[in-house]
Amino acid sequence: MTNAVDIRKVTKVFGTFTALHGVSLSIRDNEFFTLLGPSGCGKTTLLRLMAGFEEVSGGEILLFGQNIASLEPNLRPVNTVFQQYALFPHMSVIDNVAFGLKMKGWTLPKRRARAGEMLEMVHLSDFADRLPTQLSGGQQQRVALARALAPQPKVLLLDEPLSALDLKLRQAMRMELKQLQQGTGITFIFVTHDQEEALTMSNRIAVMSAGRVQQIGTPREIYETPVNRFVADFIGETNLLEVEVAAIAGDQAEVILPGGQRVTCSSATTEKGRHHLSVRPERVTLGTVGSGMQAVVEQVVYLGTDLQVLVRLDGGTAMQVRIQNAARTEVPSPGTRVGLTLEEGAARLLAD
Amino acid sequence: MAGVGSDSGASAETTYRSARVPLLLPTWLMIGVFLVLPVALMAVYSFLTKEMRGGVIWDFSLAAYDQFFVHRGLFGDEPPTLEWTYISVFGRSIIQAAIATVLCLLIGFPTAWFIATRPPETRGVWLFLVTVPYWVNLLIRTVSLRFLIRENGPLNDALMGAGVISEPLALINTDFAVQLGLFYSYLPFMVLPIYAAVERYNFTWSEAAADLYATRWVTLREIVLPIVRPGIVAGCLLVFIPSLGAFLAPNLLGGAKNFMIGSLIEEQFKKSLGNWPFGAAVSMILMSLVLILLMIYARSAARQEAR
Repeated sequence: MTNAVDIRKVTKVFGTFTALHGVSLSIRDNEFFTLLGPSGCGKTTLLRLMAGFEEVSGGEILLFGQNIASLEPNLRPVNTVFQQYALFPHMSVIDNVAFGLKMKGWTLPKRRARAGEMLEMVHLSDFADRLPTQLSGGQQQRVALARALAPQPKVLLLDEPLSALDLKLRQAMRMELKQLQQGTGITFIFVTHDQEEALTMSNRIAVMSAGRVQQIGTPREIYETPVNRFVADFIGETNLLEVEVAAIAGDQAEVILPGGQRVTCSSATTEKGRHHLSVRPERVTLGTVGSGMQAVVEQVVYLGTDLQVLVRLDGGTAMQVRIQNAARTEVPSPGTRVGLTLEEGAARLLAD
Repeated sequence: MAGVGSDSGASAETTYRSARVPLLLPTWLMIGVFLVLPVALMAVYSFLTKEMRGGVIWDFSLAAYDQFFVHRGLFGDEPPTLEWTYISVFGRSIIQAAIATVLCLLIGFPTAWFIATRPPETRGVWLFLVTVPYWVNLLIRTVSLRFLIRENGPLNDALMGAGVISEPLALINTDFAVQLGLFYSYLPFMVLPIYAAVERYNFTWSEAAADLYATRWVTLREIVLPIVRPGIVAGCLLVFIPSLGAFLAPNLLGGAKNFMIGSLIEEQFKKSLGNWPFGAAVSMILMSLVLILLMIYARSAARQEAR
């Protein structure tokens, strides 16, 4: 089956600044695909190149096999949901939603009917004749979504559409977006810097940094088997320990933990030497002195569902451990000596 | 906390309310003395009898309006018909002002667009350059323009020297010269309000339109122009209204046959054979015309808003 989008060695240069260094990735049809990364990583630039608001400096963008890299935005069968919605302020809500259909030459009754259906889909039928400024942020967001979906694009591009909403609304919209994507069968390409958003909604995620794709994978792959320090650090919380590699075979490595204990873990590198080990804080068990890595509890932070325990290893390295705030959890007090044991799959050796 | 906030808000409001009269007094005085009083004086003058050497006699008379609208022949003995002389001056003035406005719009809109799309640091320089001509008095600028385009002036010399033309162009004392003068005098009044509107324009709207399959031309027509329309309307009014009453450009550049309302009014007050009540009446008619145009615009704007 043809991919919805194929990005092939796409480069984008602004003056002396290179925003994208030969990015390649493929997005499957009917996929909820997320471009995730910190600000300035090139994710929005990549989205704007797909929409046609910027011109590629090099490379190809294929949409269902057709190279669209040099097409004007109005000739591309993709639609965009903008970060600040960009609703036309002089048009009513229904006229905003019907605009794309009008441009495609639909007759007034047909496009009114279609725009009405779209508004129904986003639960805004009662607001059809209002002006965008008379709506709340969340409502404007849904109008922007309806407007972009009305012409039935082959691919929907979403540029941090939830970032202007408050937390509760943002969480509700995540579910709504996911359902909308599954219901319409349209490929969604979603840009965000919020890893939680990415993990909860996406089929696959491309983690980007400094104009390059660092890793592409399902949320589970990205979280469980990050390929490098950047991905491990950016997705979720982690402890990065510098360790010596004792032996490497395939994707397994034996490393020497601080304190001399040897453990086997999955590895993203095939080179020996000193590397960083990612240890997820929720996969470390606090035990009695004598077992595992020896440490002293420095601080306990109460997070409601969890407790965050900040410890310092005997070698001087700081680490954090998460324990569930269950009824029988014993809360260690600062100053207590503890032994840290790594659970199965807690650690992963990273490439730099 | 909320209670404290609203308390201080209320007290601030009370302070403003009690200070309202002294704060507004200077404005009221200015408007009263320099706007309402002169206009009222003109309204009264237009209903008085003319004094032969300028000035008025305090006798009620409709002679000024009669002179404007009613034709009774050279000796006043023909049956009264509609007088076309002054109405045609109005007509010509409206056409001249309209052409000047369109010219200003055609040049001013791209200029304003250009300035508003420069990086913020350089916009100030461009705006400054637009206002530079205003450092020189309008009279001097108009006289200079006259000098520039006259028969053996620098423009004709240069064009003949370059071999573009063999005979000097008869530019001076034409409608074209008047339009050039008006265009030159009032262009910044078009540029500045449009600039203010375009500067607030969010260019993501254009991207959204293109994203929804609109061509550049359609985006301009359906998105850009409706959104910056208040700036365009303000610019057009600011150019059209003073152009309609202008007298420097028509007097200095247009010559006798390119007479406009401004010159007509000026003549009534300047020369010893002037007619103050008639000048006042023409002014009142001009002002009524402008007010009617503004009211029609306000009506249509309100209707647009309500839609």
